[in-house]
Formats: sequence, structure tokens, C-alpha cells
Amino acid sequence: MTQTDLLAGLAIEIVSIFALIIMLTDALVERSTRLCETLSIVGLLGGLAASAYAHLTMPGQTAFNGMIVVGGMSTLYDAIFCGAGIMTVLLAREYLTRVGGMFDEFYTLLMMSIAGMMLMGHSADSMPMFVGLEVMSICFYVMAGLMRNKLSSNEAALKYFLLGAFASGFLLYGIALVYGSVGSTAYSAIAAKALSTQFPTLFWVGIGMMIIGLGFKVAAFPFHQWAPDVYHGAPTVVTGFMSTAGKAAAFSGFVGFIAPTMASGVPGLEKAKVILALLAVGSMLVGNITALAQTNVKRMLAYSSVAHAGYLMIGLAAGNAAGWTGITYYLVAYLFMQIGAFAVVGILERENGGNLTVDDYRGLARRRPGLALVMSLFMFSLTGIPPFAGFFGKYYLFNAAIQADLTWLAIVGVVSSVISVWFYLGLVVIMYFREPLGEMEGGEASISSRTALALSIIGTLLIGLIPQAIINIAAR
Amino acid sequence: MIEQYIPVIAMIVTGILFGVVSVKAHEILGPQRPNKSKETPYESGMEPVASAHERFSVKFYLVAMLFILFDIEIVFMYPWAASFRELGGFALWAMLLFVVTLFVGYIYIVKKKALKWD
Repeated sequence: MTQTDLLAGLAIEIVSIFALIIMLTDALVERSTRLCETLSIVGLLGGLAASAYAHLTMPGQTAFNGMIVVGGMSTLYDAIFCGAGIMTVLLAREYLTRVGGMFDEFYTLLMMSIAGMMLMGHSADSMPMFVGLEVMSICFYVMAGLMRNKLSSNEAALKYFLLGAFASGFLLYGIALVYGSVGSTAYSAIAAKALSTQFPTLFWVGIGMMIIGLGFKVAAFPFHQWAPDVYHGAPTVVTGFMSTAGKAAAFSGFVGFIAPTMASGVPGLEKAKVILALLAVGSMLVGNITALAQTNVKRMLAYSSVAHAGYLMIGLAAGNAAGWTGITYYLVAYLFMQIGAFAVVGILERENGGNLTVDDYRGLARRRPGLALVMSLFMFSLTGIPPFAGFFGKYYLFNAAIQADLTWLAIVGVVSSVISVWFYLGLVVIMYFREPLGEMEGGEASISSRTALALSIIGTLLIGLIPQAIINIAAR
Repeated sequence: MIEQYIPVIAMIVTGILFGVVSVKAHEILGPQRPNKSKETPYESGMEPVASAHERFSVKFYLVAMLFILFDIEIVFMYPWAASFRELGGFALWAMLLFVVTLFVGYIYIVKKKALKWD
């Protein structure tokens, strides 16, 4: 381990050290919520700064014996994870106080999960990827059950834990089989040696198991059954964080291990692409069609997040450079619009899951015009209407599919986007053109929540207007 | 390729046969004269007092979990201590980092009163 290694991994190190500091603060200082909040934001900003520094000074370098890679897409992943973390921290205190959640370990768990995600985003080897995934997942299991007194929260945590452990097993077994067939866990070596391996069947069974494991983590069809229950039962701020940063982390791992293999021209690649394309089609259609039938806004967003995993998998199935940048761009866009949408849901939510049904949003525009406007903006962006970020995300992904001769996949993508118009814009219609049912006591949004909302709005608009900036960072 | 696995297959088959044959042979060959005390789980043991399906205090699980944590610390410590000289300075710093991290966790559990029994 040299100084260069330490500098390359500085972003991960800063976030991990802050996670430990926050844990100590929580234990040693009385009523430390505000202090922990500040420390989290400082730590995440520090992580961002370190990541930007590494991006500028050592782009494309590897460190720790080729275990992690610096710069390029990994910088954007860091920005996604830290950005999601900052917005979640800003939203958390107000929400958790209101719905009676537990604070004690929230900030520590959040920081630790971000450290795990960053390790995934930086990994150039299956081992750090798996370690990062586990660090992230274990924190998520606990965060899903943060509301200890609520049955649905407990159910979410237990369900997520049992199924998640199962998926991790698949992933690890896949890694082991791939290692068995090519004799290496490093992504570049896997791709290089796959051409000459004596055990091609073993190799593809391993890759298939890795796809199952990661497919579970991104909530892609047919491994998505856990998502609605977990997203519904978990505290809304945690759901927002899990469904954006968690998904982004799993996709960063996915792209990391599959991109070199896709570029290597191993025989059997075409079949793998077809399987990924089928997973994408299933996720998009099942997610969007099931979301049509939901009466609970949180469940609706959960199913639609399955569909978004499907759009992202188009990029994987395309398997070309346009696909990888498309995925990264979409993840950034998705971060802002999805966290923003969940922020609005969280601000309106009452104790015991009140104000969560679609009917509760009737006439929202009259009582909370600001919130209704913001929510509509996120809904438009999630649908994929220009000039918002969601449109360009889909544009890049569908474009990648067409470049890879998968035009039919792009068409399915467009069709399922059209299906999603029904429930996204349906919510907008309900907010603006329906009479309210009864009274709705309003929860005031605090300054920090407003800041988080403002960040999401700026993000959704800005990266929609200057999409090229994101692409340039990813390509570096 | 397959020939190499014959011992393994033989082992598996023997294992299954041994289990099935010994249980079934006892059933077929031995005389069966059941009575009430023979049917109890522990024929010559203590009288059962109550059902074992009770709810245990969460403290037991907490202690068990913390035990695993520090058990793992020892698992790492032993090989490191055994080959300390060969591994050199880098391993010392890595171990210090590991121990410090666990120590932070220790302070945390003490302060959160996880080790207090009542």
C-alpha cells in the first residue's frame, strides 16, 4: 500500500472515517442528532471533493493492486451516492421526527452504506465489489426497519434481509464459478482469459448467477417481488435513498463487471445480450403495468422503479460505450427526480401511513400549490418528457439500443414509457383537476427539506438542459 | 474427468446407505414394545417442566452477536500474530486500523448499554 493508493481511495476513506466519527458522536454526546447531521454533510462534501481531486489528478488509474479504479464513471457514481446522501440527510430529521422513527443509528448507517456503494462504484475486481455490496446491503436491511414500532417497517426489513441474503449467495457463487473457469477475479483479467478458458459452460453459468444476484439488487423482473413491500414498508426517506443510490450502486457493479466482458467478444455473448434484453423487457412492462393498478403512491413509485431498472437494463443489453454512458446519465437523472418525488411524498405523509393513497392527493394544487407544482415536475421528468432530465436519460439509452441493432428493444421501451404516462400524469391530473376529499392537515416543509427539494429541482432541470456535461465526465 | 469423482460418489452413496440402513434395520429387526415413558424425548432424563418454545429476552441475542464480532477479531489476530515477523510493518498498520475500528464499535456498545444486563 503506497501513498498513491491512499490518495486514490481517499473519497471512500473519508466517508468511512466520518461514519465511525458519527457513531462515536452518537454514543458519547447527548442529543446529538443535529451534530450528526452536520457531520454527515461535512463528510459527504469531503468525499465529493476527494473524488473530484482524484478525477482530475489520476484519471483512469488503478490502486490497491488493481482492486479499485479512479476517475471517469466512478467519479459520477461517487457524486450520485454522496448527492443522494446529502439530500437524504437534509430530508431525514423532519420526516423521522414526524412519523416517529428512530434516529440513533440513522446517520451512521447512511454513511456506512455510502462507503460501501463508493467501493462498488470504484471496484475493478469482483472482491471489492462484493464487499461493497454487502456493506451497503446490511446497512439497508437495518435502515428499512428503522421504525421499530411499525409492523410494516419490520416486515420490510425481514423480507429484504432474507431475500437479500439469498441474492448475495447467488452473486458470490457466480463469482466463485467465474473464478473457477478463468482463474481470476479482476474484471480485465476475466474478460481477457474468458476467450481461452477450457470451461466456457462454467463461465457462463457463473456470469448468469452474477446477473441473478445483481438483478435482485436492482429490482429487475423477475427478481423484483421484494421491491414493492420493502419500498412501501421502509421509512419514505430511506425508500428514496434505497431506490436511487442503492440501485445506482448495483448498476455500477453490474457495468463494472460486464463491460470488459462485453467488449472482449467471448463466444456466447449474443445469448447473454438476449437474456439481458428479455430481463429489460420484463422489468419495463411488468413494472409499468403493475404500477397502473396501485392506489398507494409509495407502491406506485416502487413498481415504477422496477420499470426504471428495466430502462437501465437496456443499456446493459446494448453492451456498447453508448450504453454505459447512457446508464450513468440515467442514474444521475433518476437520482434527482426519484428522490424529489419521494421527498414530496415524505412531506405529505402522516403518522401510521396516512396521506399515502392517490385519493389523498386530490386537489393538492389548491391547498399546497408549491408542492403540487414540484411533484408535477418530477412526474413529467419520470415519464420522460423534454426538456427534463428523464427525457435525455431515456434518449441515450434507447439510442444505445439502436446502435447495438436492438431496435425492437428501443420500441418496447418507448411503448412502456407510454404506459407510464397513465399513472404519472394521472397523478398530476388528480392533483390539479379533482376536488379534494375532506380536510388534509398540512405538514410544513422545514428549511432543510426545502433545500433538498430545491436541489432535486435544479438537478432535474439543469442536467436536462446541459446533458453533455455529464457525458463528458463519464467519458474521461 | 468423471473417473476422478468416483471416490466422491462412492462416499456419498455409502453415507446415504449407512444412514438409511441403520435406521431401518433397527426398526425391522428390533422388538417394538412402546410404553408411555419410552415415548418421552429423554427416557431416563428429567421430567419436562414446560414447553421450550418460549420467548427469550433480546439480550441473549445481543450478547451472542457481540461475541461473534470479537470472535472474528481473534480469528484475524492469531494468523497475524503467528507470522508477524514475515508480514512486517504494513501488516502492523493494517491490524492497528482493524483493531481501532473495532474499538470504536466497543465504545459504542458500552455507551449504548448493550452489555448491561438489567
